[in-house]
Amino acid sequence: MTKIELTVDGAAVSDDVEPRMLLVQYLREKLGKTGTVIGCDTSNCGACTVHLDGTSVKSCNVLAVQASGRTVTTIEGLADTAEGDLHPVQEAFRECHGLQCGFCTPGMVMQAVDLLGENPNPTEEEVRLGMEGNLCRCTGYHNIVKSVLHAAETQGAKA
Amino acid sequence: MIPVKFDYLAPTSVEEALSALGEHGDEAKILAGGQSLLPVLRMRLNAPEVVIDLGGISSLRGIRDDGDAIVIGAMTTHHDVRDHELVKEHVLLISKAAAEVADSQIRHRGTFGGALAHADPAGDLGAPALALGAQFVIAGAGGTRTVEADDFFVDLFETAIGDDEILTEVRIPKHTGWGAHYEKFVRVAHQWPIVAVAATVKGSIDEAKIGLTNMGSTPLRARATEAALAGASATEDGVRAAAEQAAEGTNPPSDLNGAADYRQHLARVLTGRAVLKAAGV
Ligand SMILES: Cc1cc2nc3c(=O)[nH]c(=O)nc-3n(C[C@H](O)[C@H](O)[C@H](O)COP(=O)(O)OP(=O)(O)OC[C@H]3O[C@@H](n4cnc5c(N)ncnc54)[C@H](O)[C@@H]3O)c2cc1C
Ligand code: FES
Ligand code: FES
Repeated sequence: MTKIELTVDGAAVSDDVEPRMLLVQYLREKLGKTGTVIGCDTSNCGACTVHLDGTSVKSCNVLAVQASGRTVTTIEGLADTAEGDLHPVQEAFRECHGLQCGFCTPGMVMQAVDLLGENPNPTEEEVRLGMEGNLCRCTGYHNIVKSVLHAAETQGAKA
Repeated sequence: MIPVKFDYLAPTSVEEALSALGEHGDEAKILAGGQSLLPVLRMRLNAPEVVIDLGGISSLRGIRDDGDAIVIGAMTTHHDVRDHELVKEHVLLISKAAAEVADSQIRHRGTFGGALAHADPAGDLGAPALALGAQFVIAGAGGTRTVEADDFFVDLFETAIGDDEILTEVRIPKHTGWGAHYEKFVRVAHQWPIVAVAATVKGSIDEAKIGLTNMGSTPLRARATEAALAGASATEDGVRAAAEQAAEGTNPPSDLNGAADYRQHLARVLTGRAVLKAAGV
């Protein structure tokens, strides 16, 4: 067992974990943060995307011990839930029907937030490229791309 | 799936990491960004007893100007390599290729040194490193040695790095002002290349350097095309004629993505495209 201490969605947590435990397992099984999902066994699908120290990573391809001393944000910590609000990117996915079954959505939203952080005014092509590590089996991507572009507009309007 | 149990060590210096490697020998595996190693462990294709994480060694991260070369620390991520001003100014080909590795999330974790040490023949960074004549700085118990790119790539997943050694940094001779392009051919987004070509050219064209990805068990140079291009004018017909020789001496794999002769065809076509784009034609 190895001791880890990290911040998850604003709260300090510490635990003893097996070094082989994946970050996604830790989030889901130890912390009950099942908003972050597992969609594949090959680190291809992006459904498990979270932010590690502010940048997007696939949490199925990071060990929990590698996150020690760092800050993790999951889909559950994105919005200011005390206010009952959605994050502007979540809002945009709702507005533009950016989901059907919703399985890919937590990862899509987390990756979109990362993308817009780096490039607040992306072109459609930049959105498609920036989201290439996230797979969706339902929507055909068009409404996901629309959602991200819409979020860019609404975030721009707010700023 | 999750990996088989292992012990985890997180050294904070290269010396500490080397002594851990020395102590555990064959049973240990180095962890850099984990973007190739963790999938291997999860599929249980490998089961080291000890994993030595280089993530806590800050001296292995970063990019610096060292006179005639740009030096990239082994633990610098693909994301940081792609965007670094020194890389874009002096070794543009590396920035272009780093931008094509995998996807955004994986580029945030995967490292320059890890990708080169892994030596997947389909990896995107070997061919540009070879074309630019990179030098690999390798630390071991007896000190540090430098290996030239021509000697670094040994075979499939095999490099000059010994079991008890660590790649610490890569020196890339400056190619300031050279045009560059990395032309990658994939079936679907964010995939490993079926074939890719790394091309960098001086003027139009005084000199050309071309690396091929996935055209053999290691990255290769397209020497015949390089020779044909030296001093040639950068016209579409001239470049395409020179690119006809790009597959000479290659021995590409045949697999579900394409047969060897198809890959040789791709190498010729993609070399033409890469050189023309690098030359700004
Ligand atoms: C879905 C997916 C898609 C991908 N697509 C691509 C792609 O299109 N193109 C591409 O090039 N790559 C791709 N990759 C791989 C990615 O580039 C990895 O980042 C890279 O291959 C390994 O770097 P790493 O830092 O993650 O190394 P790790 O996975 O940590 O290590 C890889 C190997 O190198 C050894 N090693 C690492 N660092 C050192 C060192 N400093 N000294 C000695 N040995 C060391 C390790 O022991 C291990 O055997 C993909 C990966 C995934 C999961
Ligand atoms: S579950 Fe992590 S990428 Fe698919
Ligand atoms: S909405 Fe079903 S996988 Fe994307």
